[in-house]
Amino acid sequence: MAPHDQPQVAVVAFGQSDHLRTTDELSEVEMLMPVLHEVLAATGLKTSDIGFTCSGSSDYLAGRAFSFTMALDGVGAWPPISESHVETDGAWALYEAWVKLRTGEADTALVYSYGKSSPGSVRDVLTRQLDPYYVAPLWPDSVALAALQAQALIDAGETDEPALAAVASRSRTAAATNPHAQLRGAVEQGEYAVRPLRTGDCPPVGDGAAAVVLATGNRARELCERPAWIRGIDHRIEAHGLGVRDLTDSPSTRLAAERAGLFERPVDTAELHAPFTSQEVVLRRALRLADDVTVNPSGGALAANPMMAAGLIRIGEAAARIHRGASDRAVAHATSGPCLQQNLVAVLEGEARA
Amino acid sequence: MTSVPSPEVLRAPLVVEFPFTRSLGPVQSAFLTGLRERTVLGVRTGDGRTLVPPVEYDPVTAEEIRDLVEVATTGTVTTWAWNHAPRRGQPLDTPFAWVLVRLDGADTALLHALDVPGPDAVRTGMRVRVRWAAERVGAITDIACFEAYDGEAAEPGSAPHTGVFDDPVTGIVAAARLDYTYSPGRAQSAYINALSERRTVGERCPSCRKVYVPPRGACPTCGVATAERVEVGPRGTVTTYCIVNIKAKNLDIEVPYVYAHIALDGADLALHARIAGIPYDEVRMGLRVEPVWTEGGRYPDHYRPTGEPDADYDTYKELV
Repeated sequence: MAPHDQPQVAVVAFGQSDHLRTTDELSEVEMLMPVLHEVLAATGLKTSDIGFTCSGSSDYLAGRAFSFTMALDGVGAWPPISESHVETDGAWALYEAWVKLRTGEADTALVYSYGKSSPGSVRDVLTRQLDPYYVAPLWPDSVALAALQAQALIDAGETDEPALAAVASRSRTAAATNPHAQLRGAVEQGEYAVRPLRTGDCPPVGDGAAAVVLATGNRARELCERPAWIRGIDHRIEAHGLGVRDLTDSPSTRLAAERAGLFERPVDTAELHAPFTSQEVVLRRALRLADDVTVNPSGGALAANPMMAAGLIRIGEAAARIHRGASDRAVAHATSGPCLQQNLVAVLEGEARA
Repeated sequence: MTSVPSPEVLRAPLVVEFPFTRSLGPVQSAFLTGLRERTVLGVRTGDGRTLVPPVEYDPVTAEEIRDLVEVATTGTVTTWAWNHAPRRGQPLDTPFAWVLVRLDGADTALLHALDVPGPDAVRTGMRVRVRWAAERVGAITDIACFEAYDGEAAEPGSAPHTGVFDDPVTGIVAAARLDYTYSPGRAQSAYINALSERRTVGERCPSCRKVYVPPRGACPTCGVATAERVEVGPRGTVTTYCIVNIKAKNLDIEVPYVYAHIALDGADLALHARIAGIPYDEVRMGLRVEPVWTEGGRYPDHYRPTGEPDADYDTYKELV
C-alpha cells in the first residue's frame, strides 16, 4: 500500500487513572480496568469491537514475570483477540497500533499501559536497563544520570538552577487543574537529590495507568466529534554509551520530529515527556518550540510520572486538547532510557472548525 | 455467597536476585582483561575517533570496529553530579561525585565515581586519574574510582594495542538484586486470607456469572471487575492431568507423580495441584478429589480421591 493510500489514524478517546504514590489495594489489572472502561464508554465500543489491542508495561517495576498477561484479564480476551505487548512505555505500543491501522488490517485499536513503581525502588530498578558490561555494575541510579545531564547543560550555559526551578514551578502550577496529577500546585524545590538536581527537579514516583482508542478515517469521525489525527509519528534511538553522546542535545528527538512533520507548520501545544526539569530544556531546543507554544498544560511528567504510562499520557493529553477544541495542532513526545536515550514524537491535528 | 468487606491487603518482602552472566565479545574481552592488567583500551572508529569504553560497532555507521588502542589512565571530567547519599552497589559508600571522564587519548567519556571530599572539590574540566582496585578480576569495578590529579597526561596518549593478554576474561557475572514489597491487591489477598482458614474463595463475574478461582479481580472473558465472593470446593473433579517423570530441583516429591487441573465444586475455572493417595497410573479425568492439608500448611499440600463415583464428562467438559 502506498503511503497516500494508507488510512488516516486518529486518537478518538483518552483516559487515565489518578496517579498515586501507592496503590497497595489494587493489583495491576484492578488499577487498569476503570481506565479501559472509561475509553470504551467514551466511544461506545465493546472490547469485542476492537480490531487490535496493544499494551506497554515492564515486569521489573513490580518484580513479577509476565505481568502483562494478568492485565489482559481487563480487556476480556475471549474469544481470542489480536493483541501485542511492548516492554516499554505505552507510547511505543501506540506506535505499533498505528502501524497496524495504517496497514488496513484493523480500523480500531485499544492501547493501554500501566506501571506500579511503588513495590520497589524505581531509582534502582531502572539501573537494570543500562549497559550490563560497563555501566550497570556501578548501579548509577536514574536521578544520578539525569543530574549528569543537568550539569552538562549548566556548564554549556543552556540553563541554571533558577531556570530549572521555574520549569518545576510552571509544571506543578499547571497541574493544579489536572485532577489526575500526583503533585499539584506549589511544590518546594527542596534539597539536592543528586546535585545539581533538587527534589523539585525530579518527577514523583507513583502508580498509574492510561488508555487510548485509535480509529481510522470515517470510523474515527463516528466515534469522536473532533478526532485528533496523527499527522506523523516517528521514534529514534541514540548510542547506549552515555559518554558517546552530547547530553546537552537530543538529535534523536530532532530526527523523529522532522520525520513526523513537526517542522512543516507551527504547533500551539507541546506535551513533552521530560521527567526532569533539565530534560525540558533539551527537548524545547530539539523541537525548536517557539515561546508562544503552550508546554505541558497537564503538568507533564513532573506532576505525574507513572512509569510506562507517562509517555502515552503525553499523546493522550495532547489529543484530549484537540478533542475539546483547545488545540488545533499539537506535538506529543515520549522518552525511554537514561538521559533521553529513546524518543518518540507524534504530531496531532484537529480538522478545521466551522 | 456474600460480598464481604475486604480484609487488610497483604504485603510481603520480595527479593529478585540473580547472577547476571554474560559472555564477552573480542572488544569487551580485551577491555575488561586490560583493566585487570591496569591497562585501559579504547577502539578506533572509521573516522579516527577513539571510543573509551570501547564498543564493537561504530555508533554512527554501525560498522564492526576492532582496532584497539591504549589510552592514558589520566583524564578530564566532562560533567559531574554530587551524590551525597550513596546507594547499595555503587562504587563508594562515602559521598562521591558521579563523573564522565574523557581519558587522555580518548574522544568519548567513561562513567565512574570520583572520590573527593565534597562538591566544592569537583568541577567540569578538572584533571583526574584512575584509582585501581586492589583486587582486579576483569570488570568495570577494577577501576575502584577516580581521584584528583594535577599532573600531565600519563603515557600512553593513544597507542595501538593488540588486545592480547594471557588468560583473557571471556565473561562477567554481574550480581543483581532488587528489593520489593509485594502486594497482591484486594482480590488475591482475600483468596490467600481464606486459605489460611482452609477455605477456597473465588469471585463471580457480574456479567457472565462465572466463578473464577483464584480470583484476580477481573473477569478475563468480559473484562469487567469482579467483587462477589463465592466459597467453592472443598471437593472437585480432575478435568485433565499429566504424569511428571522428571524430578525438579529442590523438590522432595518422588517421581512419577501426577499434576492435575481440578475444577472445584462451584468454580468455573480449574486450578492446578498435585494428586496423591492413588497410584499415578490410576488417575483419570472425572476423578473426584479433595484437598489434604498438612500441619501449618498455607495451601493444600495435594488432593486425594474422595471415593465418590467419577463425575460425568458432561459436568466438567466446559472446564477441560
